[in-house]
Amino acid sequence: MTAARRIFHILHAASLPACAAAICILSLAAAPLRAGDIPLNQRQSGYDTMGRDTRAMQDDDTANPATLWLLDGEALWSKKEGAAGKACADCHTDAATSMKGVAARYPAFNTKQNKPLDIEGRINNCRTEHQQAQPLPFENKDLLALTAYVARQSRGMAIAPPPENMQPVVDQGRAIFEKRQGQLNLSCAQCHDDNWGRKLAGSAIPQGHPNGYPLYRLEWQSVGSLQRRLRNCLIGMRAEGYALGSPEYVALEAFLMWRARGMKMESPAVRP
Amino acid sequence: MNRTPSGLRSHSQKPAGTLVPGLVALLASLAAAQAQDRVKPYAVVREAIPLSLTGKPGDPARGRAIVANRQVGLCLLCHSASIIPEEQFQGDLAPDLAGAGSRWKIGELRLRIVDAGRFNANTIMPAYYKTGGLTRVGSSFAGKPILSAEQIEDVVAYLATLREVKK
Ligand code: HEC
Ligand code: HEC
Repeated sequence: MTAARRIFHILHAASLPACAAAICILSLAAAPLRAGDIPLNQRQSGYDTMGRDTRAMQDDDTANPATLWLLDGEALWSKKEGAAGKACADCHTDAATSMKGVAARYPAFNTKQNKPLDIEGRINNCRTEHQQAQPLPFENKDLLALTAYVARQSRGMAIAPPPENMQPVVDQGRAIFEKRQGQLNLSCAQCHDDNWGRKLAGSAIPQGHPNGYPLYRLEWQSVGSLQRRLRNCLIGMRAEGYALGSPEYVALEAFLMWRARGMKMESPAVRP
Repeated sequence: MNRTPSGLRSHSQKPAGTLVPGLVALLASLAAAQAQDRVKPYAVVREAIPLSLTGKPGDPARGRAIVANRQVGLCLLCHSASIIPEEQFQGDLAPDLAGAGSRWKIGELRLRIVDAGRFNANTIMPAYYKTGGLTRVGSSFAGKPILSAEQIEDVVAYLATLREVKK
């Protein structure tokens, strides 16, 4: 059984007392779906609805333009930075083992800072705290490269259900997801829960899962972060974007990961 | 913002070239945008707005252009419109606009565009002539309706021409 299947299995069996331990770990995952939520077995990745050419590009690392960012990320992983003169590799050694599964369970709650951090936030935290270097600005090429490299180590793994201490953040993200915003007065849910699969002008509306980020978007001709994608959707709604890195985006990311729990990580994916 | 073009020019030694006419055009368009900011009151009578928002009938040809333009009318993001075949990328979130003028009287069409939420509170169709009750509107759109009263009259005049063709 794949990890994803296993999680679905546990969810379906969630009412059995024998699963008490699993329920405890997966308490957030087992939270009942609300009206309007996509049933777990109907979820599909943006990959599933995109054209054959774009899929082929994602399937083949030599054709996936994001591979260039991965190579940069790999080099940056071993590059000494900051006043401490340390590289990521000095603390974490081989990313293939130390970073395996990390992106599949982020954003995570950082107790020291008393706030949730996404991968970008965590990388910047390591920069300031351990490397004594400046944090990298959002969408900076090096930050994207490192984030893509870290996320790559989780490719194929199931998105982990967020732990209990993320519940308030996930709830906050859901509230933003369901709130109507902007001059067009739309909510994320109206497109991604209620109308996925339908067409908005020429593009099919995906379910809006975060499992491929950072990813190469043909329209951007670049790798971009999940926050960049969310900002694009807000611009489409003619709503005011949040500042990149703001708690609102991290909460939305956490909710989207909850919503996509059990789905497979594809980072760095390709999207039209 | 009441600097005259000559006032602007006096700040620089070299003539500003195309910049100054550009600024004049910008200021003029800002003034126009401000004029369309305000949503004027209108009366709803039996699920319709019977009177023109401008006091004049709209122009169907201009209305068609607004409906066809995904950046201006936005209609084709959601609606298909078999009567506008030259526009390739049409949405399928909402009914085809063909025949709308047979299904609704002109005052009903007007109210639908002005505030579709009056018919269905959960509709995804935006209210085109409304600035209140919205959250976190992008700064370049704040205080402005999606379309001006004139544009709405044009759109309504166009929709009214869309008659069901009897086979
Ligand atoms: C009016 C419809 C609409 C609204 C509202 C909307 N989106 Fe989207 N979203 C799209 C479309 C369409 C795409 C696919 C990309 C494209 O073609 O632009 C997309 C893509 C996405 C993706 C990427 C999915 C993938 O597979 O890569 C995510 C994540 C997402 N949206 C989240 C959100 C969130 C969160 C909000 C609210 C802040 C939101 N969207 C609001 C239409 C919408
Ligand atoms: C974001 C989506 C969206 C946009 C943009 C939009 N509509 Fe709609 N419209 C709808 C939906 C959905 C309905 C179906 C009824 C409802 O839910 O209110 C509808 C209903 C209508 C109807 C009545 C249905 C019928 O019998 O034909 C008309 C007329 C109409 N829209 C015209 C327009 C025009 C004209 C524009 C642009 C100026 C526009 N709409 C923009 C979503 C949209």
